Amino acid sequence: MTDSSDVKSISLEGLIGSKTVKAQVQVVNWEAAVDGVGQLLLDAGKIEAAYIPAMKRVLKEMGPYAVIAPGIVLLHGRPEDGVLEPCLGLMTLKEGVPFGHSENDPVDLVFALGAVDKQAHVLSLKALAELLGQAEFLRKLRAAATDRQLAEIFGTTV
Amino acid sequence: MRIATLCGMGFGTSMMLKLFIDDILKAEGIRAEVVPWDLGTFKGERADIVVAPVGMESHLRGATSRVVLIQNLVDKNEIKMKILEAINELSSGKQAG
Repeated sequence: MTDSSDVKSISLEGLIGSKTVKAQVQVVNWEAAVDGVGQLLLDAGKIEAAYIPAMKRVLKEMGPYAVIAPGIVLLHGRPEDGVLEPCLGLMTLKEGVPFGHSENDPVDLVFALGAVDKQAHVLSLKALAELLGQAEFLRKLRAAATDRQLAEIFGTTV
Repeated sequence: MRIATLCGMGFGTSMMLKLFIDDILKAEGIRAEVVPWDLGTFKGERADIVVAPVGMESHLRGATSRVVLIQNLVDKNEIKMKILEAINELSSGKQAG
């Protein structure tokens, strides 16, 4: 197993592209939310279409544990389900929708992760997790009215 | 002492949790082995403490380890509080026995 100095860590900016964020979307249910954020990654050429039903399958099979914190879901499938490039998509919702989690519903911050291998992603994921633990960061995400504002929070420009 | 983090897929939340716990233990000067599990590997393995997200408790019924459930996986305070509580419980149990 390689130690962390060998891991080519992908910066959070590199991971979350300017084209893979969308702000203040209205969706009817959790499936539409997964479709929406999946479409961002598909249009940006980061995933194959099959990855979208794969993310839904993982949710259905594993249960809503992917709702990792109040209001926040981290969707993912397996690398072999159709990830072309490491990627992270984010859709913020006008109104939260339930994903079936006993305590953390409703969700209004929908993240979708595509990993090509486990090692490269880990440090970026940790960087994201550290940010998501900060109330001020969450406030900024929720306050972003446009895709551009959302992208700027991650340091990328639209 | 062996601490396992559990998630459905072995990467993602398991790793995140492991890295957070590594940080917490380092800051507290506690030495323990922290290993990420997924539902596939977990059945055959053992650990003193298993840390999992709320929502996975049905998979942990019958576990012999001390189970710690985390509601907010990015809240370091919650993780720290619950993990230290579990470690203290196990340590004091060993000394009394």
